[in-house]
Amino acid sequence: MRIALFITCFNDTMFPRTGRAVTELLERLGHTVEFPQAQTCCGQMHFNTGYRPETLPMVRRFAEVFAGYDAVVAPSGSCAGMVRDHHRVVAAQYGDTALTEAVDQVAPTVYELSELLVDVLGVTDVGAYFPHRVTYHPTCHSLRMLRVGDRPLRLLRAVKGIDLVELPAADSCCGFGGTFALKNADVSNAMLADKMRHVLDTGAEYLCAGDNSCLTHIGGGLSRLRTGVGTMHLAEILASTEGDTR
Amino acid sequence: MSDRDNVVWLGTPAFPEAARAALADTRLRANLRRATATIRDKRLAVTAELDDWEELRERAAAVKRHTLRHLDHHLLRLEEAVTAAGGTVHWAADAAEANAIVTRLVQATGESEVVKVKSMATQEIGLNEALADAGIRAYETDLAELIVQLGGDRPSHILVPAIHRGRSEIREIFLREMGDWGRPAPDGLGDDPRDLAEAARLHLREKFLRCKVAVSGANFAAADTGTVVVVESEGNGRMCLTLPDTLITVMGIEKVLPAFADLDVFLQLLPRSSTGERMNPYTSLWTGVTEGDGPQDFHLVLLDNGRTATLADEVGRQALSCIRCSACLNVCPVYERTGGHAYGSVYPGPIGAVLTPQLVGVENTASLPFASTLCGACYDACPVKINIPEVLVHLRAEAVEAKRRSRLLPTAEALAMKAAGWVMSSPKGLAAAHRLAALGARLVARDGLIGSLPGPPARWTGTRDTPAPAQESLRAWWRRTKAVNETQGRTTAEEEGRR
Repeated sequence: MRIALFITCFNDTMFPRTGRAVTELLERLGHTVEFPQAQTCCGQMHFNTGYRPETLPMVRRFAEVFAGYDAVVAPSGSCAGMVRDHHRVVAAQYGDTALTEAVDQVAPTVYELSELLVDVLGVTDVGAYFPHRVTYHPTCHSLRMLRVGDRPLRLLRAVKGIDLVELPAADSCCGFGGTFALKNADVSNAMLADKMRHVLDTGAEYLCAGDNSCLTHIGGGLSRLRTGVGTMHLAEILASTEGDTR
Repeated sequence: MSDRDNVVWLGTPAFPEAARAALADTRLRANLRRATATIRDKRLAVTAELDDWEELRERAAAVKRHTLRHLDHHLLRLEEAVTAAGGTVHWAADAAEANAIVTRLVQATGESEVVKVKSMATQEIGLNEALADAGIRAYETDLAELIVQLGGDRPSHILVPAIHRGRSEIREIFLREMGDWGRPAPDGLGDDPRDLAEAARLHLREKFLRCKVAVSGANFAAADTGTVVVVESEGNGRMCLTLPDTLITVMGIEKVLPAFADLDVFLQLLPRSSTGERMNPYTSLWTGVTEGDGPQDFHLVLLDNGRTATLADEVGRQALSCIRCSACLNVCPVYERTGGHAYGSVYPGPIGAVLTPQLVGVENTASLPFASTLCGACYDACPVKINIPEVLVHLRAEAVEAKRRSRLLPTAEALAMKAAGWVMSSPKGLAAAHRLAALGARLVARDGLIGSLPGPPARWTGTRDTPAPAQESLRAWWRRTKAVNETQGRTTAEEEGRR
């Protein structure tokens, strides 16, 4: 099976460790991962902020770069959702039928990490070891766009040593929302405050999620308040093994 | 633009500013948190009871889709059926026309006061104010609308317009204002909900018994029979719909249903989605005029007021499927914290953010489509499956385009987006931007964290520490550690393909 890693622009520059974790994890499970160097961005920020013409080149590039793989894995629910749900909308809006067809070919091969592991590779116990108290925030786009359901939790429950605690009001948005956090900074902060309160209530050492954008927002607040609660992408916990000193 | 003054409240600042003020209102926050949490939990419990809930949603969405596609046809059928049953149908293109029709109809009765059933359509057109200008007093009889009217306030929720008020505030309003409008509040009125309801009951009863004209909205109207439906909880609507001699109903044209039998679906969905009840206490249905029973003069005013224009938008038109249940407001994390007034419109919350800009033009309400994190909770809760996030994003694009058209020079945001789009469309651009960001971060970061920064970045950094960009991007790491293997892998695959 040919698996390509779509790292997403945000992870590429800010959290390459998440990309390395995805790679380590999949290689440990016996798969080969390819990284097309021509990849860039899914265009979500432009699309969700109303900049459609600027989104088009990114949609076109994605369809070209990731054509022909059996599976494309993205360690981000919202970027995977952007490709699967919205690339077609952009292609169709500009009346580009060739691009629409290309998008229709590639979009169904794009998976968020937990989907790839559970649905495509058929694994829930990835042989990870992470002896810490962890709570999981499901992130809105994983939950309500991709409908990943309890797949991430099934993967986490199978991690040895983990003390997984339920996050109260887990399905409430954290208040990030991309450019929302800038355009509506006050509301974003009000939502962040409640999310942090729920995280702190769990007594968790680490907050885990499948999207580093939400984690940057919540973790940024947790850090500013010096709560000592860390954030970790799902891939990083799943990549951890007994030999790690994390 | 008098027709626009009512859907949106002129003078309300853009959403971010209005929200900022609302967020600082401790009492408002507490009232909203309590009320939305209660309704949310009730709704979840009663929708979970039905095995066919998703099927009902699908059917409702399909009926609405069909109706909107053939709206002209069904409206003409409705007119015919209502007329045949002894009612009179009027067509109003906008708020001014609708207000003029209702005013004329009331004046024709010789009366100078009307009782009102809770109605969003009459809020939308500012009917009470228009009637007041003509010397006609309109009394709101829905308990929450009464609280809003007595308080000289604006509704902040579609279903529970006084959701922003706590019981102690309601007590104060009743004590202060009821005397000016009729029977004063009883001496020594407490803030127990039962006592407050009793005070409202006594205050309203004299109006029910006295007024000869009622004005209502409509939840549904069946085109085949001409039957109009009002769904409510208190029975005050039923009083208005049965006691007066004249009944005037103002209804948005999108409320028509092809057949009476369609109510089967909607009367299951609406109460469960709105108040979280299996069935609402009062469902009033009337067909034209029935001799010797109820109002003997019935008028149905069909209101367009921007709906036909909305219908022309292939993505946006789904907002016209709305049955005004408010489920999207109650589950919205933004609404829960800001309340309805921040939206500056009679239609607040997620549905307001997609409906208001379409009714009055997105260029007039450009901040509303952005008043959402796109979390999708509204779409999941909507009983008629309006894809609110989809419409929000669609309207955001329209708002950006409208701004592009109206300006000679692009906005700072547009320039930034253009530059970002350019960078993000090219691997080399992205790599260069990363190197620049990593370098810049070195200057401001301490121990790998970027703290508070002055100027516009403060919107983010004011409350959040941000990790500095990694020194080595994944792209660079891959090239350094894996590129050779990958090239080999590809060659092998290509060779295999040839074989």
